[in-house]
Amino acid sequence: MKQLTLDGVVSQLSDGMTIGIGGWGSRRKPMALLSAVVRSGVRDLTVVSFGGPDVGVLCATGQATKVVHAFVSLDTIAVDPHFAAAREQQRVDTEELDEAMLVAGLRAAGRNLPFEATRAGLDSDAVTRNPRLRTITSPYDDGDVLLAMPAIHLDLALLHLHRADARGNAQLLGLSPYFDDLLARAAKRVIVSAEEIVPTAELTRDKPVQSLLLNRTEVTYVVEAPGGAGFTSCEPSYPRDEARQRDYVAAATSPEAFNTWQRTNWHEAGARS
Amino acid sequence: MTDHASNTSTADNTSTADNTSTAPATRAEVAAAAISDLFRGSGEILASPIGLIPSLGARLARLTHTPELLLSDGESTLFADTPAIDEPFTEPEGYLPYHALFELMMGGKRHVVMGAAQIDRLGNQNLSAIGPRDHPVKQLLGARAAATNTVTHAVSYWVPRHLRRTFVERVDIITGVGQPQTSGGERFHDLRRIVSNLGVFDFSGPGGTVALVSLHPGVSLAEVQQQTSFALHLPERIETTRSPDATELTLIRDRLDPRNLREREVPTP
Repeated sequence: MKQLTLDGVVSQLSDGMTIGIGGWGSRRKPMALLSAVVRSGVRDLTVVSFGGPDVGVLCATGQATKVVHAFVSLDTIAVDPHFAAAREQQRVDTEELDEAMLVAGLRAAGRNLPFEATRAGLDSDAVTRNPRLRTITSPYDDGDVLLAMPAIHLDLALLHLHRADARGNAQLLGLSPYFDDLLARAAKRVIVSAEEIVPTAELTRDKPVQSLLLNRTEVTYVVEAPGGAGFTSCEPSYPRDEARQRDYVAAATSPEAFNTWQRTNWHEAGARS
Repeated sequence: MTDHASNTSTADNTSTADNTSTAPATRAEVAAAAISDLFRGSGEILASPIGLIPSLGARLARLTHTPELLLSDGESTLFADTPAIDEPFTEPEGYLPYHALFELMMGGKRHVVMGAAQIDRLGNQNLSAIGPRDHPVKQLLGARAAATNTVTHAVSYWVPRHLRRTFVERVDIITGVGQPQTSGGERFHDLRRIVSNLGVFDFSGPGGTVALVSLHPGVSLAEVQQQTSFALHLPERIETTRSPDATELTLIRDRLDPRNLREREVPTP
């Protein structure tokens, strides 16, 4: 049995971790799992994300020291104001990559490779202003210079999917996996929250086997968390809650407003566990 | 394909007063036709228009000169139908979530029309932030995949407000690459054009710098130069951007944007 409660998630967290967070922008973000991160009070986190409110929250709480990202957006609201404030006030270090660089780095980690060769990002400031990055020359006749995108290793990946069984097989009922599978394979440990934990046989009783996104080698723990994507979208189960997203944005106006937002929202998430 | 042809021919039947269809093209309509022209002859590739006028332009291209273009919802599905820009697609023809999109991009079968918070003389684009990278004055959306776009397939830009602070001498942060520096980087680099609310530009100036292609009707050269922070390369003869023809105007007005959202993005001056 790999099943945990949200309180159990707290014990999996420690200061200084590199945490990859699934979803994309303001879509299928593991907000219930994020509530456990906030509740744990762990600090000095490096957050790797196709960023949305997950990044914004961890910037607002001061728990993120560094963000590895290609964007941080709420989709219908272009820029997450909590993240923007942290950047503009220099409260957080960032490593801004091109999206395909982030993909290449995660894929390299999952494949136990030191890097993945790619043209993505070459000559942009994502590469030229990042002293950590190196290029490599093709050993073949073309002689092309490519980016040797280093593996992005994660201590922990936090993901939210539609269904899972207690053994850790996890199912996507929406259209896009985003890059949750890459994050899972790049991580030492993976916690998947699911709208519903069901017996294994239930997973494919009325859904195709190709909807099983993650097999149990890729999942350390599962957490049942109905509504676990919070106000972000979890299609086809629920759309983004635009009103609640606006509340989250409004909470960027002051620390007091954010505290109020947290009390309301994390209490709800905690109560569901 | 037959679907597109019949859509084109039946579009005239949607009831609109004659004077609507025959009124001269607005600035927004000229810009949409200019975007449409970006896809002319491109064949079976994915058109990725970011923004309202680019969406209008790409759909116009598919309904007129380039019916084989692919269009997606920007998330995970390719669609065969070509609805109005504020209506949902309904006829899926392919699965294209982000991971598949990145593979398609790397293969070169795409032309994106992106926005730009800043674009400079060398064609570099900035989507990331304004000011120093590590201490931005204003955080924007972020790098997204602009850099990958520019080294893998055709790229054009759409700038709805042509201002000095958008057309800058040097961008603060390079997200989209104007001029590849790395060996091999030029092989798939394919910057096409910039369409703004004032004119059409390409990169045919000395050293690949921004050059004027045409001024939209009613725009003066002085106005464009006034709103551009760098010296534009000028062609020997300055053209006027073409206005959409009667068929295109009908498609834009009656079929693709009947609620005139285009006027909000590019108001009639």
